[in-house]
Amino acid sequence: MRHHRRLFRKIVLFFFSIPVLLFIFSPILWLFLASFSTQVELFTIPPHWIPHHPTLQNYLDIFFPNLAASTVPRTFAISLLNSIKIASVVTIICIFFGSLAAYALVRIPFKFNRSIQLGILATRMIPEVSLILPLFIIASSLQLINKPIVLIITYMSFALPYAIWMMAAFFQTVPVELEEAARLDGCSRLGILFRVVMPISVPGLVSTAMFVFLLAWDEFFYALIFTSTLASKTAPVAIAEFVGRYSVNITGMMAAGVLAALPPMILAFIFQRYIVSGMTAGAVKG
Amino acid sequence: MCRSTLLFIIMSVITNIFSKKRRTLRQQDARIALWLVAPSLVVILGVTLWPIFSSFILSFFHAPAGINQARTFVGLGNYIEMLNDQGFWETIGRTLYFTVASVVLNLTLGLLVAQLIQSHPWGWKFIRFSLIIPWAVPTIVNGAMWRWIYSGDFGALNGVLMQFGLIRHYIPWLTLPNLAMPLVILADTWHTMPLIALILQAALAALPEELDEAAAVDGANAWQRFVKIRLPLLRPAILVALIIRTVEAFRVFDIVYIITSGGPASKTITITFLTYLYSFPYGKQGTGAALSIMISIVTMIFAIAYIRILYRPEENQ
Amino acid sequence: MRTMNKILVGVITLILVFSLVGCGPKNTGPVTIHILTQDQAGMKPAEIDQIARDFEAANPDIKVVMEYVGYDYIHDKIVTGMAANPPAYDASMIDVIWPDEFIKNGYLLDVTDRVTPEMKSGIFPASWNGVTRNGKVYGMPWLMDTKYFMYNQEMLTAAGFNAPPKTWEELLTQAAAIKAKKLAEFPIVWSWNQKEGVVCDFTVLLYGNGGTFLDASGKPAFNNEKGVEVLTWMKQTIDDGLTNPTSISADEMAVETDFLAGKSAFAVNWLFQYADSNKADMSQIVGKAALAAMPVFAAGSAAGIKGSSVDGSSSFAIMATTPYPDQVWKFLTYLTSNEVQIKFSAEMLPIWQADFQGSALTTLIAANPTNPITVPAFLAQFPYANERPTVPYYNEASAALQLAIQEALTNLKTPQQALDEAAAKWVELAK
Repeated sequence: MRHHRRLFRKIVLFFFSIPVLLFIFSPILWLFLASFSTQVELFTIPPHWIPHHPTLQNYLDIFFPNLAASTVPRTFAISLLNSIKIASVVTIICIFFGSLAAYALVRIPFKFNRSIQLGILATRMIPEVSLILPLFIIASSLQLINKPIVLIITYMSFALPYAIWMMAAFFQTVPVELEEAARLDGCSRLGILFRVVMPISVPGLVSTAMFVFLLAWDEFFYALIFTSTLASKTAPVAIAEFVGRYSVNITGMMAAGVLAALPPMILAFIFQRYIVSGMTAGAVKG
Repeated sequence: MCRSTLLFIIMSVITNIFSKKRRTLRQQDARIALWLVAPSLVVILGVTLWPIFSSFILSFFHAPAGINQARTFVGLGNYIEMLNDQGFWETIGRTLYFTVASVVLNLTLGLLVAQLIQSHPWGWKFIRFSLIIPWAVPTIVNGAMWRWIYSGDFGALNGVLMQFGLIRHYIPWLTLPNLAMPLVILADTWHTMPLIALILQAALAALPEELDEAAAVDGANAWQRFVKIRLPLLRPAILVALIIRTVEAFRVFDIVYIITSGGPASKTITITFLTYLYSFPYGKQGTGAALSIMISIVTMIFAIAYIRILYRPEENQ
Repeated sequence: MRTMNKILVGVITLILVFSLVGCGPKNTGPVTIHILTQDQAGMKPAEIDQIARDFEAANPDIKVVMEYVGYDYIHDKIVTGMAANPPAYDASMIDVIWPDEFIKNGYLLDVTDRVTPEMKSGIFPASWNGVTRNGKVYGMPWLMDTKYFMYNQEMLTAAGFNAPPKTWEELLTQAAAIKAKKLAEFPIVWSWNQKEGVVCDFTVLLYGNGGTFLDASGKPAFNNEKGVEVLTWMKQTIDDGLTNPTSISADEMAVETDFLAGKSAFAVNWLFQYADSNKADMSQIVGKAALAAMPVFAAGSAAGIKGSSVDGSSSFAIMATTPYPDQVWKFLTYLTSNEVQIKFSAEMLPIWQADFQGSALTTLIAANPTNPITVPAFLAQFPYANERPTVPYYNEASAALQLAIQEALTNLKTPQQALDEAAAKWVELAK
């Protein structure tokens, strides 16, 4: 009887997964197929769901830039690398310093705890659009324009507040008993953080890391204003260039979009295994 | 600037190291806490403090863009001008509409998807992995893609509906004033729901199973277990998700700009878009600054409200 | 305490890194000038880069760094760039609608004294309009463009017409016939979305009806009966099913897409659409597109209006606060010089009148397969390119007009009501 109930449950759940998967995949499938299409075929009615004359030209233009007709695909590969560099550095530093701060704010009662929490959250309230002019003036006087470091630092200031809040929430769910037990065993504060709290919160940390990475990955306006030379521009800025004043290389843009979505996906795939739901249960029992 | 910063840091570090009085555990704890928080604070405040401050000051001035342009102090003039402007209130209304719809959709869908994944149906790992895809697509591409899907002449939405016989003629979706915003909300939700789902799923994954099992033994069904046991424990994660989504939704800009450019008839212009318009194309930086301060105040109120309602420190199990 | 020290070291290093980042030695050597220009306008970036390299070879003490951005972002980059001192850009391409705003902002350098008489007389007078205000010149003309009337020859003939329409009223007759014969469901498509494009189209139609944006005293005149007629006509064409309703959310790119896919018979657009119509990987109507003089309204024609279009040119301006005006001017004159322009006349039409005369004209026409069509079309249409209002608050004024037109087209307000509100806004802005 129990077996049947479990089977029934599995089937019902699978049934619910289908709309979810449809919701996730249908737009992206369109994107993917469009990237293998020629411009002229994209604009046919009724739509060719699968291109009748698929072409790799859009991707070839990006991978073999010297053969491309327009320079825009040429610059794209470099911009992808820039984005990877910047997003990775931002993520690593944010997770490291952010987890330190998050732990302190959640577990250590001290005088300024609340005000710091609210304060760093408050810095995120103001729209980035208003901060850009003063920041540009500062960056320009420090001669940091068109250098990746300016984006790294700026993105860190954007991402840290969220990262701290997110990691704080995950640290909170770690049972206090565990930490007290470790304390009794003679662990220092930092030891507790690195040896007890963080390992248990790995799912949360990975989620936070993905959030930070994608925040840096996706950011457009600051990247546009601060970096526009070939050597320094990021992927979103390069993609925006597929939209010229007079013509949109829409199939090229779709191909670039697919490629721009790949690095985060690859990272997510690699780090999937670190999100293991059974870890907590083991820790509490043990 | 460089040298004086260095000097200051070195001095304060030295004084700290050499003032080793006996401290209570609590005081030691407090100092450790400050050091742990310090690097993040330095970055956050170092970058944003001056710009936020200068924006705040600017909001009290009439500040036309340009070199050697006179800045006249107008006190609350910019604020009053905006509060008296009908366009401003219409924009606030639209933005609130977007925010409420987005938060409700995101959190509901996110929670459902999170629970779905957590229940480990067949292929749950694949579902969780797929969630990253809408999120990973850059906003620009996402906007262009949805603009394409909604295209009145060639779009996939029309194509699908026509193929299933649901419509007879192609519909020019993005030209309908009352439909444009919901369409943008849909496009935005597709992109942002994964983050909420993943946050909630990670939190669900960290919940201890025994409580749930005990409740099941006590006779509680799945729904009761979900609402009475899991949801309360998820409070911190839900709080985070709510704050992030509300703040981001209230400040939405990029996707609107790309899909509709604010049209039709300004029906999709949101408050941050308006701030951008005043600060850049219209060259009225004082007004733009005033708008941003107002946005910050509203989002801060949201955040504090959430915290008041949901925040319970150190919840013991 | 050991972990504490580790943190201390970490924090100090971090702060050190940040504060030292700006303490580098300053650059010495040849002068470097930064020029901002539009991606995909006129010549390809690779070609402009080549021109820059050629210039550097002839002028070893000047280094030219070109930056390419999409059109939508140039204005913002200029504004932010000028906030810094020295400015991020020494020169930039500017659209024809920006000089008034930029001059008021103090961004543009007065180059009246640098313009030689040969330049003055040699370059199209109409191009100087875009950069001259109150007798002072603020930039070098670069890319001349106007909107053209394009039609699908095959559809026209199939509907039984052997000549394109001369008036907008005639256009509707032809469109109705094309629609009745089921050659196109919506024969006409426009760029009427809430961006500058709708104002461009409105300019074409308004002046073609004998209307103007401002009257002689500078007050808004577009809400008089001529303007209201135009807006009502625009709306009527949608209601009658002749203009594609997607025009309300279409920009110039969407117009091209429709036209090139064979979905419309008539499309008003910038010159690029014609060249693209003959590219097999983009167009399903290769060889079928044709250019004609922009129609006018019957009332306008009766009032003596012979032609009407809108000026969409761009020019290069020197930023007022640049430390290197002379070097920039040298480069700009090289960039716009006759020799350079002739070399690339396949990509864009030269600004020098002499290239359109005599044997030079023959060479020009031979330079590019589409030139035999586009050059005469340009010579015929450009003289009638109307300017949009040359006011410093243009962006905000245009936004008000865009909103008004959209409200009328989506039935939220009547054309008179919408235009009156926009006119009131213009009066307010002019204060």
